[in-house]
Amino acid sequence: MSEYDVMWEGLGIDLEAHAGLLEVLPPMYQENILSQENRPRGMEYFDFVFSEVHGLRVKELVEHREGGGVVVGTFCTYVSEELIVAAGGICVGLCAGAQVAPEEAEKHLPRNICALIKSSLGFKLAKVCPYIESCDLLVGETTCDGKKKYFEVLGELQPVYVMEVPQMKLEHDRDLWRLEVRRLLARLEELTGKKVGLEELRDAVRLINEKRRALLRLEELRKSDPPVISGRDALLVSQIAFYDDPARLTDKVNALCDELEERKARGESIGGAHRPRILLSGCPMALPNWKVATIIETSGAVVAMDEMCTGIRYFDNLVDEDAADMEALLDSIADRYLKIHCAIFTPNGERVEHIKELVRDYRIDAVVYYALQFCDPYTVEAFGVQRELEKLGIPFLYLETDYSAEDVEQLSTRVQALIEMVGSEDKA
Amino acid sequence: MAIGGLDIGSRTIALVEVEDGELRWGKVVATTFDPLEQCRQLLADRSFEVLVATGYGRHLAQANFADRTITEIKAFALGCHRLFPECRTILDIGGQDTKAISLAPDGRVADFQMNDRCAAGTGKFLEVMAAAMGLTIDEMGRIALETEAEVKISSMCTVFAESEVTGLIARGTPRPEIARGLHEAICDRAVSLLKRVGVEREVVFAGGVARNPCLRALLERRLKVPLLIPEDPQLVGAMGAALSALQ
Ligand code: SF4
Ligand code: SF4
Repeated sequence: MSEYDVMWEGLGIDLEAHAGLLEVLPPMYQENILSQENRPRGMEYFDFVFSEVHGLRVKELVEHREGGGVVVGTFCTYVSEELIVAAGGICVGLCAGAQVAPEEAEKHLPRNICALIKSSLGFKLAKVCPYIESCDLLVGETTCDGKKKYFEVLGELQPVYVMEVPQMKLEHDRDLWRLEVRRLLARLEELTGKKVGLEELRDAVRLINEKRRALLRLEELRKSDPPVISGRDALLVSQIAFYDDPARLTDKVNALCDELEERKARGESIGGAHRPRILLSGCPMALPNWKVATIIETSGAVVAMDEMCTGIRYFDNLVDEDAADMEALLDSIADRYLKIHCAIFTPNGERVEHIKELVRDYRIDAVVYYALQFCDPYTVEAFGVQRELEKLGIPFLYLETDYSAEDVEQLSTRVQALIEMVGSEDKA
Repeated sequence: MAIGGLDIGSRTIALVEVEDGELRWGKVVATTFDPLEQCRQLLADRSFEVLVATGYGRHLAQANFADRTITEIKAFALGCHRLFPECRTILDIGGQDTKAISLAPDGRVADFQMNDRCAAGTGKFLEVMAAAMGLTIDEMGRIALETEAEVKISSMCTVFAESEVTGLIARGTPRPEIARGLHEAICDRAVSLLKRVGVEREVVFAGGVARNPCLRALLERRLKVPLLIPEDPQLVGAMGAALSALQ
């Protein structure tokens, strides 16, 4: 038994099922990520982190807990990472971007529920995710109905705490949300038995802001045309940002950005003089869900921006670090999160405006809207987004899919036809 | 200069030869379990300056003998625009896919819609239903025209519709009525896809299913426009592929 096997077993992982999962990842990674040409050297770090996805980082979590720290799992970008960090915790985004044990999940959930929720429970029931097993607390939220009810199911298996996310952005919704942020802090303090002070919270805010600044810097560089980094690599970076150590990640993202700036200065790109620039919009693409991004980029285009929770929604907007006192700082945290443009809000004109802004700033040629089947918020909003983009003459392609590979051919045909439409050679 | 266009679909493979922008020759064979071998036979003793592939098997073709690929969407747009320069809307019902395409006046693709992964409303659907009734597709199309009465087929899922048809037969429903209902169902599906891209004249109906007279009649009635049908609707994709080489 290897060192990791002992660790996994200690966490209650089903070693056999887990080995099966770990076997499929390297070929997937090879096909979607490593096979890309002319990748920046700075991606080596992220390749390494991914290769150790259930190894080294989990070991850090275990050590952190042995030292008295807590680990808190989240499912949504609405959950404040700085609160968890301030309480001395490690925050891990629990991804569920691959189909695991759907038959097991279907014993507790209906068949027609989004792939994200189904896989999340699948990972838990199949006992193959060392992250969820490392969590002292899971923080859910009342974003969509599916998740809301799912957390009740999950709560029977592990401690779950649920935040109430409002669905409007009116004054009293803001009040509710500010309260919810404080309630979460209180729950975290109860978990650790320690009160969070102003300086701890401020440090945490700074740490997470730094991470956001680095990720935003990377987004700026994606405006380069020809592109200096692929959309898949950028997606991988934000996927890893959900669970890697924030300070270390910030350094590595900044190092990657330094390199990309040099590339840009030298006029070096990932290849091809100009590629059609695609904005990918819609549901989160949790690790290792690279299906649609790979289809787009192997068809000769580049994903130049992601309007997703595994993209700009995750790190846009900063918390005010200089807020005078605890109350002001907590309000600033709450307000920052309420700016996230999730499809669960109504009315939601802000999200459409944001998409239009991104289309302009990133000189986008076409929008690919990715919705998980059975996800009401995103599938319904697709119509309105399409209507608005049509007014601007921006081609729009709607893809409703899940984690399976059976529709890859059909999706490719549609994506390639879109790329032909915006005028490029079919490089596939 | 002879240019080849190869359209490898799920049911049929079409090869055409285009010279000076004109269709010189074309042939359609079944895809079978060995499309590569079928292509090789089609291509034997033909030589092209350029060979462009389209359809489901385009990547397979490119890996083996084709110089370039384009999607079926673009191929049908090019082919239909060449045959009918005024054409603004295209319906293509193939073996496994149904596509609605709208064209800009200059023939470029302005918008398109494709059915999702299921086979509802495609040639495959017709094939399964014909088999359930013990008929060939041509026979089913013919008897559907014999009646105005139809039974409502409530499911568009190929699997459920098949059991629905079996049930209707068991209850003694006349076959022409069932056949008519099935064609109506496909017609509904195609019309809703077309409406999503907007129906503008002229409308071309292409792909293998365009040979079905009942569906043609129903669509014309529903859309209230005459449909333009290519002489050989199965060759349009291959022709468009070949024409793309001239662009
Ligand atoms: S899409 Fe909405 S609910 Fe889902 S993670 Fe993002 S913010 Fe949360
Ligand atoms: S993808 Fe949609 S349905 Fe699924 S959890 Fe997110 S918001 Fe809910």
